[in-house]
Amino acid sequence: MDLRNRQLRDIYSDLLVQEAEKNPQLVIVEADLTKAIKNNQFFEKHPERAINVGVAEANMIGVAAGLANMGKLPFTHTFTPFATRRVFDQVTLSVAYAGLNVKMVGSDPGVMAQLNGGTHMSLEDVGLMRNLPTMTVVEPVDGVQLAGLLPQIIAHQGPVYIRLLRQEFDPIFADGEDFELGKAKTIVEGNDITIFATGIMVKEALDAHAILKEKGIDASVVNIHTVKPIDVAAIVKEAKRTKAVVTAENHNIINGLGSAVAEVLAENYPVPMERVGVKDHFGEVGKKDFLMEKFGLKAKNIVAAVENVLKRKEA
Amino acid sequence: MEKRTLLEQKAKEIRIHTLECIAHLGVGHIGGSLSIADVLAVLYYNQMTVDPTNPQKPDRDRFVLSKGHGGPAVYATLALKGYFPMDMLKTLNISNTNLPSHTDKNKTPGVDMTTGSLGQGFSAAVGMATAAQMDKAPYHVYAIIGDGESQEGQIWEAAMFAGNRKLDHLIAFTDYNKAQIDGTTFDINDVDPLDKKWASFKWHVQSIDGHDVMAINEAIENAKQAKGKPSMIILNTVKGKGAYFCEGDPGSHNMPVTMEMAQNAIERLK
Repeated sequence: MDLRNRQLRDIYSDLLVQEAEKNPQLVIVEADLTKAIKNNQFFEKHPERAINVGVAEANMIGVAAGLANMGKLPFTHTFTPFATRRVFDQVTLSVAYAGLNVKMVGSDPGVMAQLNGGTHMSLEDVGLMRNLPTMTVVEPVDGVQLAGLLPQIIAHQGPVYIRLLRQEFDPIFADGEDFELGKAKTIVEGNDITIFATGIMVKEALDAHAILKEKGIDASVVNIHTVKPIDVAAIVKEAKRTKAVVTAENHNIINGLGSAVAEVLAENYPVPMERVGVKDHFGEVGKKDFLMEKFGLKAKNIVAAVENVLKRKEA
Repeated sequence: MEKRTLLEQKAKEIRIHTLECIAHLGVGHIGGSLSIADVLAVLYYNQMTVDPTNPQKPDRDRFVLSKGHGGPAVYATLALKGYFPMDMLKTLNISNTNLPSHTDKNKTPGVDMTTGSLGQGFSAAVGMATAAQMDKAPYHVYAIIGDGESQEGQIWEAAMFAGNRKLDHLIAFTDYNKAQIDGTTFDINDVDPLDKKWASFKWHVQSIDGHDVMAINEAIENAKQAKGKPSMIILNTVKGKGAYFCEGDPGSHNMPVTMEMAQNAIERLK
């Protein structure tokens, strides 16, 4: 399967059809965004296991909970804001509190909502979902990582929120790379500072790494694909080694990756740190580049944060 | 024993143990528990295929109390059926109990879905019936919703889906006691006409006396014959039915009940 040169939804849909052939309990529950995630393919291949509830996200989660209660393995999908804040009580009670095994995909995270604009731009979804006991929160970076993590997500007993890019993505990992759910993935090892990044910010972190290298700064870039449960050991180990941390996320800096890393550091090994992400603003309409520039999500913003943190490290 | 006599006797026992269970604690959701005693008696003593010695038996019929606050009546029923000792009813809402206010499938043997946030249990019951349809399974999914609960949008999302999907494994009841926390359903946000609403959502609909055990039994038999449609049985009920101190009173949603009140009510029931 080509995991690099296609849109992520094509890869996701292929993987899901493939997994459904192995697992007869796997079902999908869509809410009128089937074609947007290319799961029309699943409807063609496994029509008896594909459900579309229409524009009714609360019922999508309820029906999925009911299916899981009967031993099915449902994958739900809608855009990130509707997969989280719109159905937060349903996810909290019918899924998590009830102890049901539902996998919930939210697509077009953060600024990737682009031309759908502020109403569709979730900058709080990671925060909401990581606040729920038993919930696992995963943001795959690219096709190779999605392919590596999906079988583990399926094998995991418990609810999982998958924050999924839908269309174009920057291929980061080589085919065959290994990933472990709940374990951080070091991409580049440096000695001066560690940049923890997730989602589209991994590419920016790697670009920042190159810029910093020219400035004589040797940065580690570590991908946290599983924001919950967060890899405490890996974060503490990096903090002990480089003694300076920057986080980068396509999300509000409140309650997302940056907060999660800050919690780990504050309780285990405090070092100077700074969070790159959306600084407590709502989203707005625009193309990805415009929005990343406007909200300070570019490599240059990571570079600036690194330089600030290094000043504090030296002080 | 004649069927009517047996079922009426069981409904009476469910009421007695519901009253005792709540009075032992001193407060509880008495009104909406007592209004469903008759349907619970019919379901658990004449209709549902369940095995109290094996609560997780795969092909059992399922029951979802979407109006989860009626938990005490379900607990009384399950205890009478032998799912757990009668003494456990005294632990309602006491620290570390397995009998919380609202039904919880992970705590109580015999409870098939966790409910309490109104509208959600019904949606889950629809999902459970969807699984039954997919698997061409022999069992039915039974669900009880409230009339106040029918003001929730999620009820109608699930209703539309179930009707369109022809979920004939699903037999639902509305406990139409016409009372909700803030007053009567007519005054707060009228749900009438319920029968026409459900029919327009492509459901098989019956409207009956929700305290007549034989009428309930017959309605369930009719529902099982209605192929290609989910069934809604509207139970015209009285909130607090059987407790002289709160019958028909919207204030009985959640109220203090002393042992003396309960004993007096039980004497009158006997």
